[in-house]
Order: sequence, then C-alpha cells, then structure tokens
Amino acid sequence: MSNATHKPAPLALICELTHRCPLRCTYCSNPVELQKASAELKTAEWQQALRQAAELGVLHAHFTGGEPLVRPDAEELVRTAHDAALYTNLITSGVGLTDRRLDELERAGLDHFQLSFQDSGPEIAAEIAGVDVHERKVKLAKRLADGPFAFTVNMVVHRKNLDHIEELIDFAVSFGPQRIEIANVQYYGWAYENRALLMPTREQTDRCIAAVANARERLKGKVNIDFVIPDYYGRYPKACMGGWGRQILLIDPVGDALPCHAAKVLPGMSFDNVRTTPLAEIWHRSEALEKYRGEEWMEEPCRSCDRRSQDFGGCRCQAYMLTGRAEATDPVCSLSPDHALVTSELPEHLHELVQVSVGSNGDGDGGSAGEFKYRVNPR
Amino acid sequence: MEENRHRPKLARGCRLRLTEQGDFLLMPESMLQMKGPGTEILKRCDGQRTVDEIVGELAALYVGAPREQLKAEVESFLARLKEKLAIVEV
Repeated sequence: MSNATHKPAPLALICELTHRCPLRCTYCSNPVELQKASAELKTAEWQQALRQAAELGVLHAHFTGGEPLVRPDAEELVRTAHDAALYTNLITSGVGLTDRRLDELERAGLDHFQLSFQDSGPEIAAEIAGVDVHERKVKLAKRLADGPFAFTVNMVVHRKNLDHIEELIDFAVSFGPQRIEIANVQYYGWAYENRALLMPTREQTDRCIAAVANARERLKGKVNIDFVIPDYYGRYPKACMGGWGRQILLIDPVGDALPCHAAKVLPGMSFDNVRTTPLAEIWHRSEALEKYRGEEWMEEPCRSCDRRSQDFGGCRCQAYMLTGRAEATDPVCSLSPDHALVTSELPEHLHELVQVSVGSNGDGDGGSAGEFKYRVNPR
Repeated sequence: MEENRHRPKLARGCRLRLTEQGDFLLMPESMLQMKGPGTEILKRCDGQRTVDEIVGELAALYVGAPREQLKAEVESFLARLKEKLAIVEV
C-alpha cells in the first residue's frame, strides 16, 4: 500500500451479524429493507474479516444486529475476535441467551455485555418492542451484575417513556451495572418511519437533560452514565461516527462495508464487500468511504467553518433524509440554511411528514400517524 | 510520606493493549491512549502490588524523578481512572 493512501486505522469495527431479531422494535435503526438470512456472511467469512480488522489496527469489535444471538455462531465469532486481541462487545436484547450460551460467551473471552430495555415497565416495553419480553430481560439483567463481563444497561428513551425518566434511571441503576447508556432513538430506518410517535417534545428533552445531570452527580464514581443530547435540539450537529470513514467501519449482514449504520439510504453509493476485497483495501480505498472523508466535499457554511474539524459537517444520512442532498450541511446545525426544518415546529412538522409517507406506503389498511409501524423480519 | 497500601487493579471489562500505534486502555465503548508512565503504572495494577510498591518500581525505571512527585503522579492517575470505574481497589 502506498503512503499516499494511508489513513489512521479505524478504532472500532461494528459487526451487524444479522438483521433477524425476535423483537420488532419500532425504534430499530436497521434499514427498512432488511437483509435475508440466506445472504448473510458465513462464519468463516466473518472470521476472516475479524482477523483482517485486527491486522489493520482495529481495537474494538462490536457485535450487533438485529439480534446477534440469532446466529448460533455468535460465541464462536466473539472467540475469534478475542483471540485476535480485539476488545469484544455484545449489544443484545438478551432474548435467545441460554445458560449454556452465557457460559460459552465467558469462555470465548467476551469483555462487555450491553443489554437494552425499551422501558422500565412491561406495558410500554411491549408496545415499543412489538413483543412481550420485558420480564425475561429483567431476569437476565439481575444475573449480569455479578457476571464476568463489564455490564451496560442501555435505556432507550423516546416520547412514550421520557415522562418518567427518573424511574428509567433508577430502574437501570437497580441492576448494578458499571455503565448506563441513556440512548436517544436514532432516527434512521424503522425509527424514521415512526418518528412522529417516538420523537420527544422539547419539555421532555429538557427534563431528561436535567435528570441525567442529577444522576451523574449522585452516582459519580459508582456508575458511568453516557448520554448525548439529541442533536435535533442541539446548536451544532453531532460528529456522526466521529467523522465519515475516520474511526469506525461497519460491516452489514451481507458483508458490505459502510461508514455507518444508515449509509445505504444514500443514493448513488457503491460499497465494497468483505467477501471480495480485503478489509485494509476497503478502509484505504473504498469509494464509499472516500466520498465524504476529510473536507474536500464540504459546501458552505461547513467549508470555511472553524468547527468543521470537530463535527465534520454532521451526519450525511440526516442531511440527505431532511434536505434530499447528502452534501448539505446537516440541518441540525444552527448555521445550516435548512435549519428551519428542525427548529420550532419540530414534532408537529414531522408529524405531517409521517402522515404523508405512511399514507403512501401501500399498507392497504390506511395506516395513520397514530399507529406504530413494526419491523417485519426477513426470511 | 503517608503510606498507600491500596492494591489497585483493572476493573472488569478494562484492559491494557499495547500496539504499534500506541498503548491503549480499552474500556466499554471507549479507550484512552496512554502517555508518560501510564502503561508502566497499569502493567502493575494487578491487585497484588500496593500503590507504594508500584511507585517504588517506577522510581527504579525513572531514575532521577523525585519520589514524592512520582507518588503524586501515580495517585492522581489512579484517581482519575477510579472515577471512570476503570480501576478498583482490593
């Protein structure tokens, strides 16, 4: 490889092992066009990608999905990553985890276990997830506190549960995790379809910010609380994925290498696949990763902005979904000419958008903005 | 100098990784790149050695560094990692 094409290695590899999932979450950020099981990478193909990632200099391997445990080889892939000296993280609903598999994950060398909850109580959790698995998760969470892995409880927050944010935090704390993530829904894929029902109000968001600040103070040195202010309410956009093709590489279930979870929504992109191209070559030369790397592609106001090396212009997918142009400054930015799209009229404005899109999706049942659209699993 | 008999060790899910790009403390969803004596301190956080013993070993590595200063540096380094829950004391 020539020096001209050299970039720092990615820090993390996100492995979307599958799009299959026993849950049907309305906030799922998987693409609406889910990949079929038969097209998924085989065990040996994932193993090769993991070893190539370690050679490239990747440090963290995140196993996610869909539900990664749907794959019977999840433990084996954790072991491969661990043996290649990668730090391993399992992001899971816990559904499908037997005692035997839990032991197997420990033997495989799993470092970190991240369990997500849709709410603190079973009713809203079931409404959001489309299935009733809350009590099973509670049972598992109780075991994980004294387990062999670092343990994160991931509380996904949205309009249906933010009125009891304090309860959500207490619920998460009750399991004794080292880390709690108060995770805002990311409005991609299925979540984008359901955004009118999921997106919190300004009041809810303000209350959440205060509750998290209070909990951080109270639990300092006992639990780490991760929370990012939802960028629809921020003044500047998030540095999405730490910058396009800069720190993180994602492999989707069929082996396509992406800069993020959502990049397939962008038109005119061509992705390289780990079945045919070595990971190092993908990282250094892939057309998709090169496309919005660095600053060359930027337009004004990003191009001359002092913050361009901090937020990298924000999120390309969000820019595209809201403005129809992937090169645009992320409209979340207060400096964006399209910022009005995400300001004062926020939830109501999006409500209108959803009524249009749901009405035209050919459901046949006249689906309205008042009803969730649940994930349909791939075959 | 006050004795420090705490025996620090890396918490569950935290580990030191030495690579060609640098030395990293890998933690859940995050990492810290080690600078200065960080790596040498963490290598010795095994739950066996006391802080004073670690300082003693570092004094042998960094000849000429005043012991008092070395100890302050080790203690503040460990305190920061303790706050991040990366270090526990046994």
